[in-house]
Amino acid sequence: MKRIVRSSLQTSANLVFFAIIGTAILSATYYLTHDTIAATVERAKLKLVSQLVPPASYDNDIMQDVRTLAPDELLGTEEPTQAHIARRGGKPVAVVLEAIAPDGYSGKIALIMAIHPDGTLGGVRVVAHNETPGLGDYIDIAKDDWITTFDGRSRSLFPDEYWKVRKDGGVFDYMSGATVTPRAVIKAVNRALRYFDAHRDELFVADARPVKGEQR
Amino acid sequence: MSFAEFKEIAWNGLWKQNPGLVQLLGLCPLLAVSSTVVNAVSLGLATTLVMTLSNAAIAPVRSYVPNEVRIPVFVLIIAVLVTVVQYLMNAYLYGLYIVLGIFVPLIVTNCIVLARAESFASNNPILPSAFDGMMMGLGLTAVLGTLGALREIMGKGTLLSGIDLVFGDEAKAWVIHVIPDYHGFLLAILPPGAFIGLGLIIAGKNWLDLRTADKARRQPAPAAQPEAAQG
Repeated sequence: MKRIVRSSLQTSANLVFFAIIGTAILSATYYLTHDTIAATVERAKLKLVSQLVPPASYDNDIMQDVRTLAPDELLGTEEPTQAHIARRGGKPVAVVLEAIAPDGYSGKIALIMAIHPDGTLGGVRVVAHNETPGLGDYIDIAKDDWITTFDGRSRSLFPDEYWKVRKDGGVFDYMSGATVTPRAVIKAVNRALRYFDAHRDELFVADARPVKGEQR
Repeated sequence: MSFAEFKEIAWNGLWKQNPGLVQLLGLCPLLAVSSTVVNAVSLGLATTLVMTLSNAAIAPVRSYVPNEVRIPVFVLIIAVLVTVVQYLMNAYLYGLYIVLGIFVPLIVTNCIVLARAESFASNNPILPSAFDGMMMGLGLTAVLGTLGALREIMGKGTLLSGIDLVFGDEAKAWVIHVIPDYHGFLLAILPPGAFIGLGLIIAGKNWLDLRTADKARRQPAPAAQPEAAQG
């Protein structure tokens, strides 16, 4: 009996030893790469943002001028997200915010878009999606420039009932074979614009206060 | 460890016991990521790095690990190494990290890594173990790369698309448009294309092996033929 206890204690001590060494190696790597990772992620985001808001059009540090948006049904978000504000000479040029289309063909489609203070879209990009390659993935700028049809559109230009694909009586083109995907994206962009109209003043104030959302 | 033994290890990893074609282990990432050459080879090389490191890390501690808990310890070591590789990719190869996504952490569950730890590194010294891990990984990478090339040409008509994710934007010009103005063949890019492609590659390997064996059998024949003719 004593021998069994001793050998199992030895075995567990052995396991613990390996776990400690492993944890030490992991912590060291995390510590060494942490800053680089943060910088890389930031750079990638900035690159995306600069596709939507030309860097020449603003003069503030867009990565630092952030507003935390509470989860909101119109944005399709379930976690707080961050909106970046572009300003020139202190005056707002655009807000870059994240939205989610919950009803893609295979799951959620994550979007990022720039909206000018007058409610016009600077542009929309798909950040993450699981749409079928070759069918629904033309929403991705890497595959097709379909997503640029949103550039310059606004709710004052087209009332909400026109924010549909042509097949459904709207103004947006789509590619045959995949209408579920563009429908989801168009709806999500329209909802985000409605969110923007409802929260415009809170979004552009200079002090960084979180913007409250509405959850039903 | 003699040269012949290293040669044997290399031959096993690259051809005779090739993980992708003969052992058929670790096919989950193989089939999911092999839609383009760049993705396939990148994941292959990441797996190779993990296998080399994990075999090299397991071989020197093999006699200190009690037999009953060797699997948890091996998995622990592999998981640590994969996470290290994941951090490094996240920091220095961000674009690729995004593309490969979930498949990088999933290298932990790739059974070929544990299989080599268990069947080779736990019985052999450090150098041959590391070499075995590397050769098995390269064997897998070669299969992944071939399958990736096959699927990419058939599915998209290009080669090396997405290379800019590895080497930066200037590499965009390296993409080869094998078939200009190609409209794509969706099946090749979807998962079934991977299964069919892999099946064809395995068939090709078996055919080559059979032909080699056949030749070897016929080798003595010329000497024997005259006799047969006389008889």
